[in-house]
Amino acid sequence: MLPDPSRSAVQHGLVDVEQWSVWFGATAALSEVSLRITPGGVTALIGPSGCGKSTLLRSINRMNDGAAGLRHAGHIRLDGADIYAPSTDSSVLRQRVGMVFQRSNPFPKSVLDNVTYGARLNGMTDRRELEALAERSLRRAALWDEVKDRLGQSALRLSGGQQQRLCIARALANDPDVLLLDEPASALDPVATLRIEELLYDLRRDVTIVIVTHNLQQAARVSDRTAFLLAGRLIECDDTARLFTSPREPRTEAYITGRFG
Amino acid sequence: MSAPTYPTARTMSSAERPPRSNARGDRWVGWGDRIYGALITACALAIPLLLVLVAAIIARSAWPAVSTVGAELVTGTTWDVPRGQFGALPAILGTLASSLLSLIIATPLALGVAIFVSELAPPAIRRPFAFLVDVLAAIPSVVYGLWALYVLVPFLREVVMPFLGDTLGLGALPLFKGPAYGPSLLAASLVLSIMILPYIAAVARELLQAVPRSQREAALALGATRWEMVRDAVLPYARSGLVGAAILGLGRALGETMAVTMVIGNRHELPSSLFQPAYTMASLLANEFNEASGALHVSALMAVAGILLAITLIVNAIARWLVWRMEART
Repeated sequence: MLPDPSRSAVQHGLVDVEQWSVWFGATAALSEVSLRITPGGVTALIGPSGCGKSTLLRSINRMNDGAAGLRHAGHIRLDGADIYAPSTDSSVLRQRVGMVFQRSNPFPKSVLDNVTYGARLNGMTDRRELEALAERSLRRAALWDEVKDRLGQSALRLSGGQQQRLCIARALANDPDVLLLDEPASALDPVATLRIEELLYDLRRDVTIVIVTHNLQQAARVSDRTAFLLAGRLIECDDTARLFTSPREPRTEAYITGRFG
Repeated sequence: MSAPTYPTARTMSSAERPPRSNARGDRWVGWGDRIYGALITACALAIPLLLVLVAAIIARSAWPAVSTVGAELVTGTTWDVPRGQFGALPAILGTLASSLLSLIIATPLALGVAIFVSELAPPAIRRPFAFLVDVLAAIPSVVYGLWALYVLVPFLREVVMPFLGDTLGLGALPLFKGPAYGPSLLAASLVLSIMILPYIAAVARELLQAVPRSQREAALALGATRWEMVRDAVLPYARSGLVGAAILGLGRALGETMAVTMVIGNRHELPSSLFQPAYTMASLLANEFNEASGALHVSALMAVAGILLAITLIVNAIARWLVWRMEART
């Protein structure tokens, strides 16, 4: 097979979580989690509610910053650089590590304004440049054909699934190395969910994807590797196929076979 | 965007609704609902009825002056009771000028306070700070008036007005023309702006805090700094409500009487300079109702009251319309 030139981008986006602990006040949300997320591919974080998987995800782009009583210990490195170092600008970090939330949250602005928000923050003002960026990003999010004639319309007039893909396009427009998704399809119907999953399958070629999901079938379908968390601890992380067929840990097996959670 | 409508309990007519058995078999249960409904409806209707009654009585009492003085009431500039000249234009313009000025001063400050409390302040001082701002609204109007008369007005006369007029050389402009008396349109506008600030700030704070977290996170996750998040996600989301908050403050400024009367100088002339004394409709009424002589004088004051009421209603209507139009656009 010929080397795919786009694969070069996947050299970036190595996330190293080292002995990472998070507390909210007196409550420990994560305890000494160590996890390596290699560039490219999809990593799924699974576990019962309250196991800390969303907290872990939000640690990777410092979305927890400012939460009441937050403390943390350990390190998270992105391509070798400590993202919690004092010299790290969290707003710059968040453009390298995009995030899509459980409920789609487009701004009550036009489709175009939504997609180009990150670029405009960086000072891009040329209309043609912005439109080209919007087209490129919307195509990557498999939304272009549906919205190309209504870029000026309010994003709130799109369907729920379209809004979520718009949020993905908006994150992709920053050309992130890592894309974090927090249960991105849990509020969508099965058809819209399928479209998101197909999209993730295509995107894995040029961006490192980390997805939190409650849906084990979804984790099995979309991810290359799966990490199972329980009560703030990482129990097991392995290739998805192996974790779902022959887990090493009895607790993992108990969870994926539906005995708790 | 029109959502499809499905028949629900709310849209179903009573004919379609399945009959409901009264488990208690008590016919007074139905009566209780009816009495309750009638009482509540009566209470609700009493409010607009009161407004209509007030307006009607003002209109009836003002009629002699309106029929005698005519359009002169709103276009005339001379208010000379013994000669029977009742031109209220200076007071009308003075009311509008002082209210708009106070709004221009107070709105940015109130917005800043609201942004500070809801977005920037450390959680520990949010509540105390918001409480202090709210307390501003609880200070009686006459206390503001006294403070303004003995502190603000001398300060304006001795420091601010000479500085603006002479040091900065703004005295050449019509807006800053004239000797520094102290009691002036500027003094009234400043007091008003302090008085309406807590109202605008309190409503704005609630509006900002009601902006969903998802909107804030959307901006942050795309690389916005905290200030960019406020500017691009929080303020636009609350925009229509913020306009309403400002107009609410304007409504209060229009009617404020006591503090304004104490510092505006009460001179019945068209307001032309910030440094000159002026008059407002509310001050005019407060100053003259007690010694109103003759039926025509009383009737003229009633006419001024009617104009003030009408302007307040129009301002509120404009506020509603602005909010409605902004909501329809997004």
